[in-house]
Amino acid sequence: MVSSEAKTGLKAPDAEWAEKWEAVIGLEVHVQLLTRSKIFSGASTAYGAAPNTQASAIDLGLPGVLPVLNGEALRMAVMFGLAIDAHIAPRCVFARKHYFYPDLPKGYQISQYELPIVSQGHLDIEVEGQARRIGITRAHLEEDAGKSLHEGFGDQTGIDLNRAGTPLLEIVSEPDLRSPAEAVAYLKKLHQLVVYLGICDGNMQEGSFRCDANVSVRRKGEHKFGTRTETKNVNSFRFVEKAIAYEIERQIEVLESGGAVVQETRLFDPDRGETRAMRSKEEAMDYRYFPDPDLLPVVCTQEYIEGIRRQLPELPEAKKARFMDHYGLPAYDAGVLTAERALADYYEAVVESSGADPKLCANWVITDLLGGLNKLGCELAASPVSAGALAGLLKRIVDKTVSGKLAKEVFEAMLAGEGSADQIIAARGLVQITDEAAIVAAIEAVMAKNPSQLAEYRAGKDKLFGFFVGQVMKATQGKANPEAVNKLLKEKLAPP
Amino acid sequence: MSAGTRGPGAGSGEALHRLSIRQLAEGLRARRFSSRELAQHFLQRIEAHDKTLNSFVTVTAERALAQAAAADARLAQGAGGPLTGIPIAQKDIFCTQGVKTSCGSRMLDSFVAPYDATIVRKLHAEAGAVMLGKCNMDEFAMGSSNETSWYGPVRNPWDLERVPGGSSGGSVAAVAAGLAPAATATDTGGSIRQPAALTGLTGIKPTYGRVSRYGMVAFASSLDQAGVVAHSAEDAAYVLQAMAGFDPLDSTSVDRPVDDYCAALDRPIEGLRIGLPKEYFAAGLDPACRAAIETAIGQFERLGARICEIRLPHAPLSVPTYYVVAPAEASSNLARYDGVRYGHRADGAKTLEELYKKSRGEGFGAEVQRRIMIGTYVLSHGYYDAYYLKAQKVRRLIYDDFKHAFETVDLVVGPTAQNVAFKLGDKLDDPVAMYLNDIYTIAANLAGIPALSIPCGFVNGLPVGLQLMGNFFDEARLLNAAHQYQLATDWHLRRPHGFE
Amino acid sequence: MSLSPEQVQKIAHLARLELKPEQEGAYARQLSDILEMVGALARADTERIAPMAHPLDMVQRLRADVVTDPVGAEGRAAFQAIAPAVQDGLYLVPKVIE
Repeated sequence: MVSSEAKTGLKAPDAEWAEKWEAVIGLEVHVQLLTRSKIFSGASTAYGAAPNTQASAIDLGLPGVLPVLNGEALRMAVMFGLAIDAHIAPRCVFARKHYFYPDLPKGYQISQYELPIVSQGHLDIEVEGQARRIGITRAHLEEDAGKSLHEGFGDQTGIDLNRAGTPLLEIVSEPDLRSPAEAVAYLKKLHQLVVYLGICDGNMQEGSFRCDANVSVRRKGEHKFGTRTETKNVNSFRFVEKAIAYEIERQIEVLESGGAVVQETRLFDPDRGETRAMRSKEEAMDYRYFPDPDLLPVVCTQEYIEGIRRQLPELPEAKKARFMDHYGLPAYDAGVLTAERALADYYEAVVESSGADPKLCANWVITDLLGGLNKLGCELAASPVSAGALAGLLKRIVDKTVSGKLAKEVFEAMLAGEGSADQIIAARGLVQITDEAAIVAAIEAVMAKNPSQLAEYRAGKDKLFGFFVGQVMKATQGKANPEAVNKLLKEKLAPP
Repeated sequence: MSAGTRGPGAGSGEALHRLSIRQLAEGLRARRFSSRELAQHFLQRIEAHDKTLNSFVTVTAERALAQAAAADARLAQGAGGPLTGIPIAQKDIFCTQGVKTSCGSRMLDSFVAPYDATIVRKLHAEAGAVMLGKCNMDEFAMGSSNETSWYGPVRNPWDLERVPGGSSGGSVAAVAAGLAPAATATDTGGSIRQPAALTGLTGIKPTYGRVSRYGMVAFASSLDQAGVVAHSAEDAAYVLQAMAGFDPLDSTSVDRPVDDYCAALDRPIEGLRIGLPKEYFAAGLDPACRAAIETAIGQFERLGARICEIRLPHAPLSVPTYYVVAPAEASSNLARYDGVRYGHRADGAKTLEELYKKSRGEGFGAEVQRRIMIGTYVLSHGYYDAYYLKAQKVRRLIYDDFKHAFETVDLVVGPTAQNVAFKLGDKLDDPVAMYLNDIYTIAANLAGIPALSIPCGFVNGLPVGLQLMGNFFDEARLLNAAHQYQLATDWHLRRPHGFE
Repeated sequence: MSLSPEQVQKIAHLARLELKPEQEGAYARQLSDILEMVGALARADTERIAPMAHPLDMVQRLRADVVTDPVGAEGRAAFQAIAPAVQDGLYLVPKVIE
């Protein structure tokens, strides 16, 4: 199904270097899991608390404290593994990773080393119409470290340990990516997936989804991997793309001028669009991993895993296919509506609640709702118009209370917070005129007022039909039902 | 030098420290004395004797009296349990809220624990025992002589020029000298049993996972266990009963009901199958100690036990295995001590690296530093397989030896230590020689099985200990066997000169 | 297994221990003695033996995802009362330049 060409990159990236060089990229993504409490302690994981007010004795690494595993973190890790078709370890082990840094209170991070919870999965991405399968080597659970604040303390650094102990899922890709564009496609797909699964809020500004890029280059045709660097501190898709692109070019320059790439950790400087080596001397870190003796092996039975599999939400591909099939939507519409689970849920609620034609609903959600929210600079979660409220409006279109055109006016008012569809329709007197007698009366009045256009029309100038429609709509303040107007106007304009 | 005077009086105010815990509890209920009087009695003895012994780092007189008052109130209402109002001492390795918890180290000299260890809560808040103070110990529980403490060495009440053993040296010295009826202690490689043997006490290390480790400052996580030292198996049973039990805060804690240790004490031991490991009676065991051990074994035979020889073929690898595993885990557990959030912080450090290195260099003594370095080395890249991984495999061999042994015997019995208490300063220059003090005790920690030591005689006026090891969760049988032996002998009733 | 003073220095650095120069020689000797002693392990036949990390045949228990320890300002005050250097609720260390 996935050709070897697709795996190695059939279509080379458009960059200048692509003729002679190949970029090899692997991504490590740290995903903060959406548990209420920390992975090994009962402190809260809520964002934004005052410094160290969510650091418990266990998070602070006080003498004598011990870790106990949060079952929800495990469940979320397994969900992820199932969603990427990976192997779920029947037995996995937590290991201590040792290094000294003030935001790491115990002097070691509880992580997983030889036996991670998830391994050998994959993510399918599409770049410029080309499908690629990107391997995911492993995903493992670990605890997050605290935060260092370097500004505001003179010649000192301030340490906030609120974040210490927050559960992370570290997701490591195979070095299968071959261009910055592929890297971004992979990241976006991964981001969508973890948000879809409800295991991460995906907020890159707040650090819920963090990416490190491992980049190396080699001459085209070369099989050996080049020396790779690790670039950290890239917290947006745009920056990832820039950082990787810069790093590729930098490494090529180094090699082309006869130098060697130094294996090191680099930081991305978003202001300059460059990566630079970290100033601290980079010694090969000896983390002295060994299984954490305070924790026991974690066993996931088949029963446990199947239980989680049954609870997996519908994933983006499946949802998109279902929308196309069940609602008869074109691929584009289905794609937009299922890009985010929250939007898909919104859409389905609108369809269910309004009973309106799914394509009509799709148009309204994609064009009117999203367009309106965009103008307001507003997220879906904070939409002034709920799915139920929009459904209410669409119902009034379906039952012809209001015309499609006037409905747009109503919707604007709803976005502005003026109330429900019914309230606005009533307040503004927008109820559609469907009474044939009334429309006929309006038509006759217009005909009487415009004898020459009537004569011309009857003489064969069909174009004037639109003129008459316009006049009737004007006379009825736009409230006449367009279909009825069309039908009755045709009848009345016809030569007697 | 005679082996101390024997025999308690019955409940007389002056000899309160000669009463067993059962007698103390009865006395409290019968209103022959109050908990407050008991606390004062022991606090006075501490005041009088501890300058010599140095068994306490902190004496919590006010707290003790307050707890005693509360206990008296409970008792007056006819409420409370066997330990209500009974004074005990806590090894200074257990976090005690609002009270300095030093682990015998300069690193934690300034550390006032902001929370209680689970066993502290169980013994005091729940069982109503009264805390006399925090006992001196080898620094971070690393040692076999209590000579590595920042607060100075502890002296053996039986001979003040000699060590009490370690790491729970303060706990045993306090109890042996009658400064506390019982004391908590911890055992990672023998740190309850060996000092108990050197001071004529009963000390029990339960099955790994039987007692919570939450709040017990970690040395070697897969080996550490909390236990108790007391004058008798019966006393130890009372205290262990209150300490044992499942704790959700400790992932390695076992969710299994606690046996009734006291009820089991009186069972006859007719037919008890005792195995003597050939490897424990080889060269290295002092001949006079060996004689006392063999006499004790004869006593068990007279009580109806059936003795046979067993083999623990991998026992000689206990010490090497331990001195890879324990330092490795210790080096990791002690990585948190960096002067940032608590504990000793060096002055004048200009960089982060300086802060760590100076704080840790100043805060830790030589033995701790040695073990941290060994541990760091055996976990480091390139050495992990040859040392740590290898040691964990040998550990399984040692565990399998015991599993095999318990198919044919109920208890494994032998010496606790190779000799009686040695002189202060004797082994400080030779770490390996010091480590061999644990030669008989380490295997039980590696396997995770329960074990205790009871006094079985004297050599040159110094106590000799007999070690009993049992199968997993067989504490009741261990205490039962020890108790029956103590009903037939009186070694456990002897008190050192000057502390009667 | 013999350790040189340079090796001891490296280990001490990994463990963030500042050793007094006069101690290094003694430590090297003592650590070498200890390693010599534990070298006996090499003689054991562990060909088909699985390492034993825990005496118990237990598996990790899971905790419910509930905030049982809210900490808060009060909690922080209790913890920071024993801290060597704090400011505005943060722990202070010499500045680290990345």
